[in-house]
Amino acid sequence: MRSAPTLLALLAAWPALAGIPTDRAVELEHMLLQDCGSCHGLTRKGGLGRPLTRSALETMPSEVVVAIILDGIPDTAMPPWRPLLTEEEAAWIADYLKTKE
Amino acid sequence: MRPAEFAALVFLGLAAMPVVSVAEDRIQATGSLGVVIERATGSVLVVDRANRAALNRIEGLGDLSHASLTYSPDERFAYVFARDGGLTKVDLVEGKIAARIVQAGNSIGGAISDDGKLVAVSNYEPGGVKVFDAGTLAPVADIPASGKTIGLVDVPGRRFAWAVWDSGEVFLGDFSGAEPRIEMIGNAGQMPFDAVLTDDAHTYLVGLFGEKGVTAFDLWSDRPEPRRFLTDYGKEGQDMPVYKMPHLQGWAFAEGQFALPAVGRHEILWVNRDSLEQVAATPVAGQPVFIIEQPASPYVWVNFALPDNDTVQVVDSRTHQVVDTLKPGKSILHMEFAPRGAEVWLSSRDDNKLVIIDTATRKQVAEIPAQSPSGIFFTNRAHQPGL
Repeated sequence: MRSAPTLLALLAAWPALAGIPTDRAVELEHMLLQDCGSCHGLTRKGGLGRPLTRSALETMPSEVVVAIILDGIPDTAMPPWRPLLTEEEAAWIADYLKTKE
Repeated sequence: MRPAEFAALVFLGLAAMPVVSVAEDRIQATGSLGVVIERATGSVLVVDRANRAALNRIEGLGDLSHASLTYSPDERFAYVFARDGGLTKVDLVEGKIAARIVQAGNSIGGAISDDGKLVAVSNYEPGGVKVFDAGTLAPVADIPASGKTIGLVDVPGRRFAWAVWDSGEVFLGDFSGAEPRIEMIGNAGQMPFDAVLTDDAHTYLVGLFGEKGVTAFDLWSDRPEPRRFLTDYGKEGQDMPVYKMPHLQGWAFAEGQFALPAVGRHEILWVNRDSLEQVAATPVAGQPVFIIEQPASPYVWVNFALPDNDTVQVVDSRTHQVVDTLKPGKSILHMEFAPRGAEVWLSSRDDNKLVIIDTATRKQVAEIPAQSPSGIFFTNRAHQPGL
């Protein structure tokens, strides 16, 4: 698990993330690693779900990533996370996926 | 323990009685042991049920998200199947890695043949099943598939069965001869997400995600055919999001029934084992993930997907009523019973601990620290077909 100082440094260097309180950001990162990781792998290299590494998402616009997180993909195993995440939180996760290894 | 060491201990034990206790300390029987996956750190914890304790941690097993394992017939070795294609043979007696290979890019599980000679791995990328010598992990066979393979189980007669997520095809592979014989035995339906073999190796049950239903194959038959059931559960009303795919390895077979997780519904479905007719539905706290029979009892225990994964419920298979609701910890990922049912061990991923509950009182009796624990596997699995 990432330590708090690392995350703070990350937040300071990264204005897009500033809207999410630090403790929630820690929760989101944990959720991304552990719960998204159930299908996409802890290293995001894929599983039942597609790879979510930075390079795998390089050509996908952020809005599309956010939309998939919030509303899922019909007829696949990707569920809509809207009941559990706000739009800001989904945007935070999309940013994280697209910028962080 | 090496034969020479063992001989030496026996000799010392016979020659000088006071040394016996030392010798006993060094002999680690494995019947009460288990292995716990620590998913985020690529490590496993060897635990001892008898003392409710962790014995040692073994590291370097790769990406263990969704990892599982199976045991050698002598309960000495665990074969750990990692997400990243790693296959690691762990020696419980020596507390170390005995052999390790990376056999594919992305894997989901595995099985050991009934005679303990072959280990098969179910792969996502590239899709297929690979078979290895259980002693050396040397490759024996490589069976490609048109997609991600799921639900790999051992079938008596040095055979394995598996299904393909992308195509719905179900295969039976016979590895008893010089060359493997692979047969497609039917199509289960859309997006089979997992499969399980009943404890008598009679029925291979394949759960579907892409459409309603479960497909049964009679593996005692010379010509197994797909038999679909539960095709219309929850017809009325909107399905709910599934934040974690149910697992079927724990499908309970209680009181002449299968207890099955409804997909997209917060229900357990009870099906008559012979007729495959639904007999009841039990509303539960969330999307069921594992439904596991408490051995030697009428009860099944169920855990749930996010966001209800802090809850565990106990259901009576006779009345189909929830008889207890527990909150053992955060993110309960798995439950494993002592073989005779006296206690159950639960992994609390986000509390970084194992919780041990006495099944008579349903009260916690102990806990053991563990790093992001997921699957718990006791060695008695070595003797059960399908595990």
